[in-house]
Amino acid sequence: MNNLLAITAIAVLVTMTLALIRACLGPTVFDRVLALNMFGTKTVLLICVVSFLNGRTDFLDLALLYSLMNFIGMVALLKFTTTGTFSEEGF
Amino acid sequence: MAELFPLALDALSCFFLIAGSVFAVIGGIGIVRLPEFYSRMHGSGITDTLGAGLIFAGLVCQSDSVLVAFKLIVTLFFLIVTSPSSCHALAHSALAHGLKPELDVMPRESGDAIRVEEQQRPL
Repeated sequence: MNNLLAITAIAVLVTMTLALIRACLGPTVFDRVLALNMFGTKTVLLICVVSFLNGRTDFLDLALLYSLMNFIGMVALLKFTTTGTFSEEGF
Repeated sequence: MAELFPLALDALSCFFLIAGSVFAVIGGIGIVRLPEFYSRMHGSGITDTLGAGLIFAGLVCQSDSVLVAFKLIVTLFFLIVTSPSSCHALAHSALAHGLKPELDVMPRESGDAIRVEEQQRPL
């Protein structure tokens, strides 16, 4: 079963690498934000899989924290939607 | 029967983990290969829903205590709540900034539109 968890971790790592490639290539800023959002989700998945791989399931608290940080990022994105910029001086 | 049940649970977990890995890699290939922003959101959505959901289901099948399974389910719940919301906010923001979908296949000229209507009328 450990081999299977390792395969899953490698697949998640490959996906994270592909998201990073899109974040580097992305022609618009929205592509980069999309890739960054996907990277955060994959980080949560990777922490969960690695915690089961090592047999230390208390790492799951860190994954919970990371998903909450994704929520904070979503709130920042909503601000980006309403004002069009992250800074207060733009408007 | 008592020793058959963990075997079935392992097989179920194996299936979920492999399917989740496959969907995650497919979404990763999609976000690199698809031609424009709005279609790349589709690749990101695959990994956020099917990939994460299946991998978490496989991990829940392997968890040895109720607390671990509960933590996994709570994490999955937060992912399910936040990921579509941020995707929606991002698409809304991109549209508000004038990023047009390039793969818009609806006919733009009036002649084409009439022809499409004539084709659709018998249906």
